[in-house]
Amino acid sequence: MARIELEGISHTYDPPSVPETQREYAVSNLDISWPDGSANALLGPSGCGKTTILNIISGLLQPTVGRVLVDGKDVTPLAPRERKIAQVFQFPVVYDSMNVFDNLAFPLRNQKVPEKAIGKKVRETAEILDLEDLLKARITRLNAADKQKISLGRSIIREDTAAVLLDEPLTVIDPKFKGGLRRKLREVQNRLKKTMVYVTHDQHEALTFADNVTIIKDGHLIQQGTPHELHSQPASPFIGYFIGSPGMNLLDCTLQDSALQFSDFHLPVSQEMKNKLGSAGNGLKFGIRPEVVDIATREQAGAVAFTVSVIEYTGAYRVLTCDRESSRIKARVSESIPVTEGDRIWVSFPEEKLNLFFNEKRIV
Amino acid sequence: MKNRGWLFVIPALAVLAISAFIPLMTVINYSLHYIFAGSTPTFVGFENYVEVLRDSAFLRALVRQLVFSMGILAVEVPLGICIALCLPKRGPGVAVCLVLLGIPLLIPFNVVGIIARVLTQSAVGVIPEFFALFNYSFNVAKDPVDAFMTIFLLDVWHWTPLVALLCYAGLQAIPDAYYQAARIDGASAWKTFRYVTLPKLRSVLIIGVLLRFMDSFKIYAEPLLLTGGGPGDATTFLSLHVARKAESYNLGYAGASSFIYLFIVIVFSYIFFQLMTHIGKGETK
Ligand SMILES: Nc1ncnc2c1ncn2[C@@H]1O[C@H](COP(=O)(O)OP(=O)(O)O)[C@@H](O)[C@H]1O
Ligand SMILES: [Mg+2]
Repeated sequence: MARIELEGISHTYDPPSVPETQREYAVSNLDISWPDGSANALLGPSGCGKTTILNIISGLLQPTVGRVLVDGKDVTPLAPRERKIAQVFQFPVVYDSMNVFDNLAFPLRNQKVPEKAIGKKVRETAEILDLEDLLKARITRLNAADKQKISLGRSIIREDTAAVLLDEPLTVIDPKFKGGLRRKLREVQNRLKKTMVYVTHDQHEALTFADNVTIIKDGHLIQQGTPHELHSQPASPFIGYFIGSPGMNLLDCTLQDSALQFSDFHLPVSQEMKNKLGSAGNGLKFGIRPEVVDIATREQAGAVAFTVSVIEYTGAYRVLTCDRESSRIKARVSESIPVTEGDRIWVSFPEEKLNLFFNEKRIV
Repeated sequence: MKNRGWLFVIPALAVLAISAFIPLMTVINYSLHYIFAGSTPTFVGFENYVEVLRDSAFLRALVRQLVFSMGILAVEVPLGICIALCLPKRGPGVAVCLVLLGIPLLIPFNVVGIIARVLTQSAVGVIPEFFALFNYSFNVAKDPVDAFMTIFLLDVWHWTPLVALLCYAGLQAIPDAYYQAARIDGASAWKTFRYVTLPKLRSVLIIGVLLRFMDSFKIYAEPLLLTGGGPGDATTFLSLHVARKAESYNLGYAGASSFIYLFIVIVFSYIFFQLMTHIGKGETK
């Protein structure tokens, strides 16, 4: 258990022969700190550098620039096993020629732990992961979910493990086992209180697993916070759209005479809002969550008329796609509001729920 | 229920029947008769088999053959794995190495035999000249050990690249994550080889061992061209022995020994296959 910190980490896969100016950085200038015993997620689209970051933390990869600290101690020059950081990979890695018991025992045997202690520890770990009945089983007979559990088991079996890194561990798991394994991961974290970093491109996995989510895009950290903070106060339009389903509605607008001017409608704003916007007038991006958009079937003061073009049913709620001449927004509404495709509706945007972005940054 | 798919298999079965089944039946038929140089065959039951199994020349050829083939496996398989491990994984070196390894495989058996003959010929060959530097008189025509070792090393040179190429293809197919996991688990280089590389090479090694066993068991052209099976019978391997008998028109004996020969190849191949498919599968003791 330990606190993990990244200090000014940048990494390029280009060989040193490539001149400084032409190098492409997979990750750049990362400063991240994960407290001891925390459940964290690294969230970002594919190819944004998540695996690179994990490999740098575990020591599989030496960063081009920067330091990795474990409990304040610089471990950058150390080999993976000396850092005591464990990693679970996207594809379940198990040793085919060993049974489940020997697989779990492998990291301990490599440390020359006495056999008696190994037996005890393996049974303990198997109990946590519900693998007791499989200890003697041949590995090749297991499904991917059980293999992934074994892989997780190897990563938590050493008492001195400082942190466990999980690289998209559910990717190849059959959907019917996904939920169970996800809950198991969370349960293991709660029980062992090990610092964990869970990498995924799936916001649902990240937000359900972690107390603290870091969002990465193109190798840059763009926001770190609790799932709630990310949802209600996204730092950029990208996060607003990336988090939530459906993503945040984003429309371009400008501020003119106490109103937000859109391409085909305008929205009056309060003095308070105007003050917050300050000098930023042109090139604003307006954002509002589909969940907080208000829908009325009759004309209302301050509401904007839209036409419902598509209705998607999900069971619990419906997602309406609403169009005007050149604006489109989505609204998430309950089953009880009576609308059908082609209906005219009046949409209002509660001011306290608005997000306004300027230069890709949140200002309101 | 009729499966019309079988219709499509008939041509293949016909070819197989002509190329394998009918000759095999002929051999079995020969092996049960006494036939000598055009005389009318007489049915003798298993007498030919008894004769073969009592023939000390056959038994010596068999032991020599087994020693040779086991030696070949013991040298070529580990050596092939080592070569494969040393080859570059990517970059421009890959193509060069693969071509260099492939060259021996392109040379026909008989050419290899002739090359060996030229190289080892006393008075003109390079190899006797080389050994002369150490005051050792190397002579494949006189010294049984020299002749046997020449054939052996020739085979190692000729066929280790096959094992190496198979292993190289096998190595390329192992995902990086296995090696990364082994590093995270703190495995030593040996343990990584033993528990990651070797198990992942199992299927290509099965193919390699079976191919090399069956092929080396059939070695023929090289000893024939080098010394004609000599000196004495030092390089008279099984196929050479059987062929001699057929050449001398002792067809009953040749048939029986061929059949025994085939039987041995099948039995050994089966044993290797079973051993290699099941060994170290993590089965509980
Ligand atoms: N071994 C490598 N060599 C060269 N480029 C790589 C290598 N691994 C990853 N990259 C590049 O680095 C970037 C980040 O990759 P990665 O960390 O794997 O992203 P993620 O895990 O978020 O999908 C990608 O653009 C990818 O092409
Ligand atoms: Mg990845």
